[in-house]
Amino acid sequence: MAESDVKLIGAWPSPFVLRARIALNIKHVDYEFVEEKFGSKSELLLKSNPVHKKIPVLLHAGKPICESLIIVEYVDETWTSGSSILPSDPYDRAIARFWAAYVDEKFFPSMKGIAAAPNEEAKKAALEQVESGLAFLEEAFGKISKGKPFFGGEQIGHIDIAFGSLLAWLRVTEKTTGLKLLDQAKTTPQLAKWAETFCQHPAVSGVMPETEKLAEFAKLLFAKMKGINPQ
Amino acid sequence: MGEEVKVFRTWSSPFALRVVWALDLKGIKYETIYEDLSNKSPLLLQYNPIHKKVPVLLHNSKPIAESLVILEYIEDTWKHRPLLPQDPHQRANARFWIKFGEDKVFPAVRDSLLKQGKEQEEAHEAALESFKLLEEELKGKKLFGGEEIGMVDIALGWLANLVSVLEEVLVLKFIDEHKFPLLSAWMRLFADIPVIKQSWPPRDKLVTKYIAIREARLATN
Repeated sequence: MAESDVKLIGAWPSPFVLRARIALNIKHVDYEFVEEKFGSKSELLLKSNPVHKKIPVLLHAGKPICESLIIVEYVDETWTSGSSILPSDPYDRAIARFWAAYVDEKFFPSMKGIAAAPNEEAKKAALEQVESGLAFLEEAFGKISKGKPFFGGEQIGHIDIAFGSLLAWLRVTEKTTGLKLLDQAKTTPQLAKWAETFCQHPAVSGVMPETEKLAEFAKLLFAKMKGINPQ
Repeated sequence: MGEEVKVFRTWSSPFALRVVWALDLKGIKYETIYEDLSNKSPLLLQYNPIHKKVPVLLHNSKPIAESLVILEYIEDTWKHRPLLPQDPHQRANARFWIKFGEDKVFPAVRDSLLKQGKEQEEAHEAALESFKLLEEELKGKKLFGGEEIGMVDIALGWLANLVSVLEEVLVLKFIDEHKFPLLSAWMRLFADIPVIKQSWPPRDKLVTKYIAIREARLATN
């Protein structure tokens, strides 16, 4: 299949774009990465995702697929090369979708809550939410991985992609708050180990943003956001 | 086959109704357990420890929580009378609109109920904007699923019941027949399908419920 048959519109800092890239890498799909410029939206993006005007957008033979986890499921259904991302058993699939939804609806907003906190008290509350979320995920990992390296077992699966895509931003949060959130020694020993294994996986290592580079970008992003919304 | 299927729900939860509709459409037999959310059963807390909410589907003693996750589970498990298209791109499109309903339509309608003043106005505006997009998506179709109910219809089906209830409670118009002819027609068609019609909660009870919710919320502000 020609490379231009598969395009991914995205940007390197986005954890949602990262999900799509990891999924495509797992399936060994050749694709063209169309990088959006920070601060502007291309004609192609606006045409391909008119409802949300957001990245990532996967274009396959000209047809757009939007929303990162929907893209991951689409990639899993469309390409049979590489390993399966979702399990085959319906109950295991439900568990995978449940935790992916948890990451998006509860965990990720709590992470954003730290950066958006207007004062120390709010920041403390947001941190507590993140910590309790990580405790849930630590417990889930134990039950779901059944002693294997990933939530998906021997290979990266749906939950690994949904949660693992946030690791670089989690590390930036650790850097800016000075707190260890993924803690090998105390609270999240299994997740700390999983994070290392995940980031070293060949489908991930080439596309996971470096913490330093992302931290610099984060500064830029927050400055821009404050510029737009002077408080 | 002796499969045990149980649905934990409340009399009015629109999310639980999705599960009821999917099972009824596929002709799956199940036992219903009604929860009192002010006094949650130990079983519910055991089956859904993370969110402690309804609906929960129990299938052969294994619990599944989150209505949209449950819908996909039902689809994966009972493959007759499919609720999603076969083609991967069309499936992705269906999932897109289901997510749109959750992320954009529902919060805007909910906030129209729970907020007042400018915040309520903004929520109402956002709801109308979201309906415009649904109206577009219905072009050339009588149901979101095409000729037959699909997962998108099930996921958005709460509109067909609750919009008129909330219009009465709030004295606010959401889906005007002239502005949204296709969406209005879809609501009527959906609500009249026997499997759907038979499970609507009593309207007067719903009106009372949502009036109480709004009053309680405004009192705490």
